[in-house]
Amino acid sequence: MNAIENTNHGGNGGHGGNGAGGHGGYNFAYLDEQSKRMIRRAILKAVAIPGYQVPFGSREMPLPYGWGTGGIQVTASIIGRDDVLKVIDQGADDTTNAVSIRKFFVRTAGIATTEETGQATIIQTRHRIPEQSLLPGQILVYQVPIPEPLRWLEARETETRKMHGLADYGIMHVKLYEDIAKYGHIETSYDYPVRVNGRYLTAPSPIPKFDNPKMNDMPALQLFGAGREKRIYAIPPHTRVESLDFDDHPFEVQTWSEVCALCGADDTYLDEVIMDDRGTSMFVCSDTAHCAERRAAGHRGPDGDAAPTGLVP
Amino acid sequence: MTPDDRMVPTVSGLGPGFGDGVGQSQAAFRAVLRAMSRPGTVEALAPAGAFAPPLPLTPAAAAVGLTLFDFETPVYLSEDPAGAGSAVEDYLRFHTGAPMVAQADAAAFALIFNGLETPPLSVFQAGSDQAPETSTTVIVQVASLVADGEACWRLTGPGIDGAAAFSVAGLRDDFADDLIANQALFPRGVDVILAAPDRIAALPRTTRVEA
Repeated sequence: MNAIENTNHGGNGGHGGNGAGGHGGYNFAYLDEQSKRMIRRAILKAVAIPGYQVPFGSREMPLPYGWGTGGIQVTASIIGRDDVLKVIDQGADDTTNAVSIRKFFVRTAGIATTEETGQATIIQTRHRIPEQSLLPGQILVYQVPIPEPLRWLEARETETRKMHGLADYGIMHVKLYEDIAKYGHIETSYDYPVRVNGRYLTAPSPIPKFDNPKMNDMPALQLFGAGREKRIYAIPPHTRVESLDFDDHPFEVQTWSEVCALCGADDTYLDEVIMDDRGTSMFVCSDTAHCAERRAAGHRGPDGDAAPTGLVP
Repeated sequence: MTPDDRMVPTVSGLGPGFGDGVGQSQAAFRAVLRAMSRPGTVEALAPAGAFAPPLPLTPAAAAVGLTLFDFETPVYLSEDPAGAGSAVEDYLRFHTGAPMVAQADAAAFALIFNGLETPPLSVFQAGSDQAPETSTTVIVQVASLVADGEACWRLTGPGIDGAAAFSVAGLRDDFADDLIANQALFPRGVDVILAAPDRIAALPRTTRVEA
């Protein structure tokens, strides 16, 4: 299990007073200072209006939209030389998106990285909240594809903007009600809409609804960046975040009859991994760092010792 | 020669800004972000080096300005009691390029030198229901800030675990009334950054204040 990995290319010594804080010809953390200032102002307004989507001048990044350009711009605008960055993609530290974003910041900012949730000062995430409770002072940066929770119900930005202005969220309740009428339960299982501080209807980004309760009263600051849609929003620490529901159909999270095959956890979000052509599958923790930490502490699941290579770091 | 060229101040009379613009503005921003996301906490903000803003601008307020102001942000300066406002104006113009405006409600940022003479918060831009982010951020210089000190204010709201105690000296007596009226406008409303000489605290529009 690795602790903080400092892959500094001798960059820290090179920051002169002339503004050339860069690595490999780039400004520190890639973005120019004016772009950072614009994004920083948007972040501060986002924090002051919890759950409200602040428009910002999203910059072209050296990777396509859909690969986390919004989250990267937020991270680039807040990160400093002393920060320790963790990046996860669907809970895993070692998948393509997470690895390349981590490398991006090591190259352009020379910062230290980690896979341990408790060691990180900034955690950029695609579609998961770590299982381990976050700490005060940590910042969780979400990559958001569609920031507008009402977008699939009302395509016009002019109309959704009015609905937010008036706090008129009737169409979302109708949508959830129609789910119940059709299926007997609310079908939405990810990007499940939340109400922030009793006011703004907000998209939690496509995290599984399993993670929604973690957003409520979280000690860490949550920042959301949507690059293509050019929106930033935020949830300050210790803010009320409620998942929409009805009195007779209360909000529920997913449950599994299995436990994690590797670490035996029965309280985490599990991924089903297909093992062979006959459809044999195993359930494992989606949060790889949490699973590895549990195994290091001696916890074992049903396949804990016979785990195939590739699943055990 | 454009009209702007004639207004360029003489560089010799200006105090230095950040020695390390990239690092110091990042550090100052994080202090502001911590303050804004945790109302009631007091964050140290005293840039090191040759940083020397002209009076009556204090180092903490100057650091906030140098971090957040630029050509996109019209800035409103309160009248300086000592009549030395132009030095601050020159300093901010030179280091940030921000345009100065005389109309309070046209400003993205307002800088109030003396907290005892803060104008009513209602004179600033509160934004609209559909674009509440267009409101003014008001930076108020105060004498001192103490979190959890001999409390005169009780704060609740997003960013605060339960309630926070907070005391400030050098602020207009009835300022809490302005904050209460401002909070009632939500989602409209101004956001306030209080700046003692070497520390800051923030009161975003969501914070409920009980004096």
